[in-house]
Amino acid sequence: MGTNKLDEVTGTETTGHEWDGIAELNTPLPRWWVLTFWATFIWSIGYWIVYPAFPLMNSYTKGLGNYTERAVVEEDLSKLNAMRAESAKKLMGASLEDIKNNTELLNFARAMATPAFGDNCAPCHGTGASGSKGFPNLNDDDWLWGGTLEDIHQTIKVGVRDKHEDTRVNDMPAFGKDEVLEPKQITDVAGYVLSLSGGKVDGADVEAGKTLFAENCASCHGEDAKGMTEMGAPNLTDNIWLYGGDAKTVLATINGSRKGIMPTWEGRLDPATIKALAVYVHTLGGGK
Amino acid sequence: MAITSPPAGKKGPLYAAAPRIYPQQISGTFRNIKWAMMVVTLGVYYLLPFVRWDRGEGAPDQAVLVDLPGRRLYFFFIEIWPQEVYYLTGLLILAALVLFLMNALAGRIWCGYLCWQTVWTDMFMAVERWVEGDRRGMMKLDKEPFSLRKARLKITKHAIWLLIAWWTGGAWVLYFGDAPTIVNDLLHFRASFDVYLWIAILTGTTYLFAGWAREQVCIYMCPWPRIQAALTDDEALNVTYLRDRGEPNGSVKTQKKRIEAGEPAGDCIDCRQCINVCPTGVDIRKGLQLPCIQCGLCIDACDAVMTKIGKPVGLITYESEVNVERRDAGLEPVRPKIFRPRTIIYMVVIAIVTVAMGWSFLTRSSSGMSVLHDRNPLYVNLSGGGIRNGYTIRLLNMKIKARTFIIEDEGLPDATMTVIGEKKSADGKWKIKVAPDTTRELRVLLITPKGAKLDKATPVTFRITEVESGETTLVGDYFRAP
Repeated sequence: MGTNKLDEVTGTETTGHEWDGIAELNTPLPRWWVLTFWATFIWSIGYWIVYPAFPLMNSYTKGLGNYTERAVVEEDLSKLNAMRAESAKKLMGASLEDIKNNTELLNFARAMATPAFGDNCAPCHGTGASGSKGFPNLNDDDWLWGGTLEDIHQTIKVGVRDKHEDTRVNDMPAFGKDEVLEPKQITDVAGYVLSLSGGKVDGADVEAGKTLFAENCASCHGEDAKGMTEMGAPNLTDNIWLYGGDAKTVLATINGSRKGIMPTWEGRLDPATIKALAVYVHTLGGGK
Repeated sequence: MAITSPPAGKKGPLYAAAPRIYPQQISGTFRNIKWAMMVVTLGVYYLLPFVRWDRGEGAPDQAVLVDLPGRRLYFFFIEIWPQEVYYLTGLLILAALVLFLMNALAGRIWCGYLCWQTVWTDMFMAVERWVEGDRRGMMKLDKEPFSLRKARLKITKHAIWLLIAWWTGGAWVLYFGDAPTIVNDLLHFRASFDVYLWIAILTGTTYLFAGWAREQVCIYMCPWPRIQAALTDDEALNVTYLRDRGEPNGSVKTQKKRIEAGEPAGDCIDCRQCINVCPTGVDIRKGLQLPCIQCGLCIDACDAVMTKIGKPVGLITYESEVNVERRDAGLEPVRPKIFRPRTIIYMVVIAIVTVAMGWSFLTRSSSGMSVLHDRNPLYVNLSGGGIRNGYTIRLLNMKIKARTFIIEDEGLPDATMTVIGEKKSADGKWKIKVAPDTTRELRVLLITPKGAKLDKATPVTFRITEVESGETTLVGDYFRAP
């Protein structure tokens, strides 16, 4: 480096680097700049001491600050719960109808229920609450056990065919399996049921089916086949089918019955969350 | 000069201490302009937070307020919401263009008179001279061995500096909250941690940059001198030493001898006053250079000397590069061209941006709506054969009073609308109340009856109408069907 040339104009030594005739002057850095540069190195040592820094064989250096992201998350969550406790108390103090008609409570209930629904209900009912075969769509206005706020609240609380002593139970006989009806009679009933919503079953005598329906099914599904929410008996005249509305599925349903189950949520979820979920499901759009 | 070069022929050190600059007190035209600028800019900065502006019930009454938790920016009669941050972008674009125009007209005039680094440094230097004495006094004091007097002067200087710096940080904080409340909290030592933290940060930076770093900020940290050098042209006015008139320079005695010997003699008597008053330690006689912030103090200094020795003033003056070359060639200088393509283009663009911003501001809506169609499920088949779509609609009320909006749908004559948690008013319309200066989210359902003729996606339009003013907003979306 000792043989570097001098720049003619400034008299300053060059670094010996030259591009297209432009030489780089070896101008010294300002001292404060160099000191600041070194200060940043020293600052980083502080990080090593205070924060977790180096991986060890089975562990890592913890640092004097005992900082862990997990603790930060836990603290944030407990703060969040403390913040929510106030609103949750309000939720418990209000009736379901009041919650629905109060903007603030409604927004809170829906915000509280959205993740609860995703965690607890979505595995069966789907993230959009659209359901699937055997799991009701909660968006529509067809309800097995009633679509009022109280009905929905009760259903979530006690579940269907589950542990709660007041759990909802509907008990449709397995007309074929239990030999209550002959196969031909089952075909006739299925033919009649599907005719109510514009469908048909091959080889069914609809008139005979109508009589059979009045004798065997009307006690739960009603004379008009529109169902009874008290019994958990579905409306058979619309196009909404829990297990499917094609002839084969309807025949299978009459033949073997269906025994769907929904868990009891009382005791598993806190009362405020259950209330919020009831409002949420109701305000999906199908609530009565 | 502030950039240290090793002496010719010697290998320099890797780094070097910046030599301290002791700018001398001077008075004159440009000094007075600088004083005036300092009073105006600092006056605005320190006092603006205390200006009140009545916006009505429930709204802050501070004229200029950045409400970070509330996500609002208040500027006198203007209130900006976060989504309108483009007004701030527009202002920054405008500021950049004005800076370019200033540069095209008079070089680094921003650096010399208006830049906060210059203004605060200028104030700190004034304090320094007031405490330690002028240039000679300061140089003498620094050379003196430690004494009680020296300690007293230094402590006084730094104490005043810190006080100003603290006040600077204090004023900064006042823009982000109610100024009288914060002042009161500070007086009772019960302000929030954030307040103390930001005052401490700005106290530190002000003290460091205006007290210690000074011209080093301009030379090493600031990007503007680099950009400026690339943007400038030969027509811009710069603080210039007229070398054709000044050279060859020499002391009064030398010049006299030259005249007597019939040799050429310039007007410059090499008194170094221009260097002594320079806040960045530049020798302007070397021509245009990076550390020069073009404050014009050397003009004041030179003019004073020229007057004293009975020569015409203006040996150092604002002059363009074009004229410097003309003078070197022995030609008459020409009038500086203010209107030339570069400046005209800047002016036109500034006008366009100003008009566009003004137009968009004057015609901006004080209400708004956003519509989000349910993604899952896209549509719902109903028991009665109808189809339902769900939408999340957010209404914006940007006025500082509660307002009522009528919400309607268009495009599906058969459809009925339901707003969850609301009841239709007596006239059969959905009237939605939105609290002052806020937004409200609604769940809105559209239901078409059985047998309605529908495409897979039918366009629908939501319309909100403000009840009092009739102001409307339309947002389009779709109604989905199987």
